[in-house]
Amino acid sequence: MDTKHSNTQTDHAGLSSIFNKDEKRVDWHDETLWFVRAKRDKAAHSLPEWELLRETASQIKHNVLSNLDTYLQQFEANAIANGITVHWAADAKEHNEIVHSILKKHNINRMVKSKSMLTEECHLNEYLKENGVEVIDTDLGERIVQLAEEPPSHIVLPCIHKKKEEIGDLFHVHLGTAAGESNPQILTEAARQHLRESFLTRRMSLTGVNFAVAETGEFVVCTNEGNADMGSHLADVHIACMGIEKLIPQRKHLSVFLRLLARSATGQPITTYSSHFKKPRPGQEMHIVLVDNGRTVQLGREDFRNSLKCIRCGACMNTCPVYRRSGGHSYHNAIAGPIGSILAPNLDMKQYADLPFASTLCGSCTNVCPVKIDIHDQLYKWRQVIVKEGYVSPVKAMGMKAMAFTFTHPKFFAFAGKAGRIFMKYFPFVVSNKLNPWYKEREMPEPPKESFREWYGKNRTKS
Amino acid sequence: MSSREKILAAVKANKPELSVLPEVNIPVSYDGLIEKYTQVATGIGAKVYQVSSIAEVKSLLADSFDLSLRVVTSLDDFSDIAEKDIAGVGPHSLENVELAIIKAEIGVAENSALWIPEGNVQQRVVPFICQHLAVVVAKGQIVPTLHQAYDIIGSAEYGYGAFIAGPSKTADIEQSLVLGAHGPRSLSVFILG
Repeated sequence: MDTKHSNTQTDHAGLSSIFNKDEKRVDWHDETLWFVRAKRDKAAHSLPEWELLRETASQIKHNVLSNLDTYLQQFEANAIANGITVHWAADAKEHNEIVHSILKKHNINRMVKSKSMLTEECHLNEYLKENGVEVIDTDLGERIVQLAEEPPSHIVLPCIHKKKEEIGDLFHVHLGTAAGESNPQILTEAARQHLRESFLTRRMSLTGVNFAVAETGEFVVCTNEGNADMGSHLADVHIACMGIEKLIPQRKHLSVFLRLLARSATGQPITTYSSHFKKPRPGQEMHIVLVDNGRTVQLGREDFRNSLKCIRCGACMNTCPVYRRSGGHSYHNAIAGPIGSILAPNLDMKQYADLPFASTLCGSCTNVCPVKIDIHDQLYKWRQVIVKEGYVSPVKAMGMKAMAFTFTHPKFFAFAGKAGRIFMKYFPFVVSNKLNPWYKEREMPEPPKESFREWYGKNRTKS
Repeated sequence: MSSREKILAAVKANKPELSVLPEVNIPVSYDGLIEKYTQVATGIGAKVYQVSSIAEVKSLLADSFDLSLRVVTSLDDFSDIAEKDIAGVGPHSLENVELAIIKAEIGVAENSALWIPEGNVQQRVVPFICQHLAVVVAKGQIVPTLHQAYDIIGSAEYGYGAFIAGPSKTADIEQSLVLGAHGPRSLSVFILG
C-alpha cells in the first residue's frame, strides 16, 4: 500500500487510487459493466411503454411513502393472519439480535442465506460469526466474495470485480477444484454440488425481500439461481428481512415492478424466479423482520426521501462513469455507486461525507433509474448539506470559499482568470504537481490567450 | 415505547402529504402471443414445444430424458411414467429427482414466465430441486404481459406461488452465462392446444 497518502486511503478518492493502479483491470471492469448497461438499454427500448412504466412505478412508490404507516400496519395484520411472525427492528443492532434470538430458540448454529443487501447494511454475518453461528451465502457471487473474505462490490453482481482465475484459485483452496481451473461452467458446477449439500443440511434459511404487498401480507423474492427457494423450501425456519420501504400497496402492482426490475438490472425480461411467499408451508415457521435503521429519518428529509423508492436494480451503478472506473469497494458502504452515495450520508454524514462528491453529476443515473429517483440532484444537494454541516476537509472547504468569493466578485474573477492563464503558460508546475488533486489522472489544457470576456470586449466594439 | 410504536410514530411524523395511488393503465398488444412466448423463452435457454396431446408430450420427454431415473409429477395424465404420491414425503427426500412434470396456470409472452401456484406442485421445492423441469401450459392461457397475468391471479388464495422463466442460471463469474445454478439445468415448456 502507498503510505504517502495514508490520510486519504479510507475515502473514495484514496480507495479508488488503489483500484486504479491496475489500469488494464479498470478497463476490463469498465467494459464489463458497460456491457450490462447496454443490455439494459436494449431491454428498455424494446418496450414502447417503458417511460409510462417508470412513471407509474415512481408514483406508486410516492404513494407508499406518503401512506407508509398505514401500509405497514395493513401488511403486519395480513402477514400475522397468514401465520407469519412479524418483528420490528429500529436499527441494525436490533435486527441482528432478533435473527440471533430465533436461531437460539431453535438451537441452530448453521444457516443458509440468499442475497439480502439489508443484512449487509446491518453487518449480520459478522455479528452471527461472533456469536458462533456459521452463515453460508448461497448466491454464487456472494459465496465467492464470502470465501474471499470481502464484501460484495455491487448489489446485483457481487463479485463483478473478480477475474475468473482468482475465483478458480479460491475454489481450489475451499472447494477442491483442480489447480488453475477457471472455466465458469466447471466452477459453477462445483459450487452447485457444494451448496446443494448446504441446502439439504441447514434447518434455517434467511432471505431478503424485493417487494412486500400490504393488501395480502405476502412478500416476493427474485433470484436467477433459485437459491432463495432451495434454502427456504428445505428449511424448518424461514426468516425474511426487509427495510420498511419495500412495501407496495396491492398485488397487481407487482406487475409494474417485476417488469422494470430485471430489465433495469441485467437486461433480462424477468428474473428466472419471482417467488411469492404468503404462508409458511405446513410444519414450517416463517418470520419477517421489518427494519427501520435510518429510513424514517430519510423519510423526513424532503430533498432526499425519494431515495427510499429504490428497488435495488443497480442500473445507476452500471451506467456511472465513476463507479465503473473506481470499483464498488471504493464506496466503503454496503451499497455502492450513485444510489449508495445518497443513502449512506443519511446513516452517518461524517463517515460518508466523501461519497456525494464521488460523481461527475452527469445525470446518467437519474436517466436509467426505473423509479425515477432524482439521483444526481440529490448528490448535488447532499454536497451542500455536508459543507454546511462542516463535514468536508478544511482544504476543500477553503477551496470552496475561495471559489465562492471569486465568483461573486467580478473584478477579482477577471484578475484570477488572467493570473491563472499566466501561471499555466509560464509556471505550469504550480498546478501540474502531485499536491493538486485535480492534476491526478488529468492532462492540463493549453491556456487560452485571452478570456471570453476580453475577446467579447474587443470584438463587440469592432462590429 | 416498543420499536414498532417508535417506527410507526416516526413514519407518521416524517411522511409527505398523501399522494394518490395511480391507476395501472399500460397499453397492450395481443399480436403473435405464441410466437413471442417461444422467442423469449428460447432466448433465455428454455426449450419450447407446441403440442396437441399429452401423448405427444410423453413421447418428447422420452426422447430427451432418461425416464428410468426418478420422475415426479402432480398430473394424473403422467402417472404412468412418473411418481405421483409425493405430497406426504419430506422435501429432502426429493433430492434425487431427475425430472419433474408440472402444470402452469398462466404463461406470459413478454418474458416467458410461467405462473405456478403451490397447488400445482404438491411440494414447494419440486420445481427447484429437480435436475430438469417440464411444464405444460394451455395455449389459451398465454397472456401478453404481467399485467394480464396478475389480472387473472386476482385475489386468488395461495400459500406460495412463483413465476418461473427459463432454467436456473447464473452469470456471476465474469458475466459468463451458465445454466443450472442451484435449480433445474433445463426447462422444457409444452404449449398444449
